[in-house]
Amino acid sequence: MALTTKHLEMTLETQVESVNLAEEMCLRVAEAAGFGEDDCYRIGMSVREGVINAFHYGNQERPEKKIHLAVDLTAEKMIIHVLDEGIGFKLSDVPDPLAEENLLSTSGRGIFLMRAFMDEFDVVPGKTGGAEIVMSKKLPAPGSAPANGRGGQNATPQQEA
Amino acid sequence: MSLHATHRDAGQVTVVDLSGKITLGDGSALLRKTIRGLLDDQRRKILLNLADVDYIDSSGIGELVSGFTAVKNQNGDLKLLHLTKKVRDLLQITKLYTVFDVFTDEGTALRSFS
Repeated sequence: MALTTKHLEMTLETQVESVNLAEEMCLRVAEAAGFGEDDCYRIGMSVREGVINAFHYGNQERPEKKIHLAVDLTAEKMIIHVLDEGIGFKLSDVPDPLAEENLLSTSGRGIFLMRAFMDEFDVVPGKTGGAEIVMSKKLPAPGSAPANGRGGQNATPQQEA
Repeated sequence: MSLHATHRDAGQVTVVDLSGKITLGDGSALLRKTIRGLLDDQRRKILLNLADVDYIDSSGIGELVSGFTAVKNQNGDLKLLHLTKKVRDLLQITKLYTVFDVFTDEGTALRSFS
């Protein structure tokens, strides 16, 4: 893989199917970038949770709103952005799902999982409103990740201009 | 359909064999429907066999917790059997491994209900 920044983005409908679509697309990029099976799982799960968050909490499942997904592949890491069209939120306002009183909550674990599975994670205000999740995973050192043989041929991101 | 569910009776315990993914959408909905259906039939001792469940997201975790609570609220028990590594890891990092009774052997799991 060439050590140049590559950029891929897509606009998703606010619907359940977008969750699988986003996960599959990012999995292909991750596999093409050389991530091993475990890291691909963590990246795929994080993208899934990010889009679920945008679908459910950000856009309130309103179909007229969009979810904006972007992936940047640099020489060092894979960076994923998930932007919704909601009212935004602060990370500090998100309840801790590991707190005793929240253990039996039926929701609220998505942010926790993204934080656990990615190397870097943050939520920032979107440029046009909403919340933007920004998370990244360091690329494996050359030769350190086992090839897993899945996909990849159609995953080449567009070169950034 | 991302998830398949069949159930069988083992005495007073109902074993639900699940395969596929418990994720947002059809998977979570089927798990909810299955557990609620068993409760409607007065089956309150439920063992979820997750041997062939290789993927659960936060929605699926939420549905497991919701089912657990619904069964407990009717004085029943919902327990888990044969977790795959990914599912076990997820339950551990979310601290739910200590909430659910988890078994690696069906016979032991069935006896634990009595």
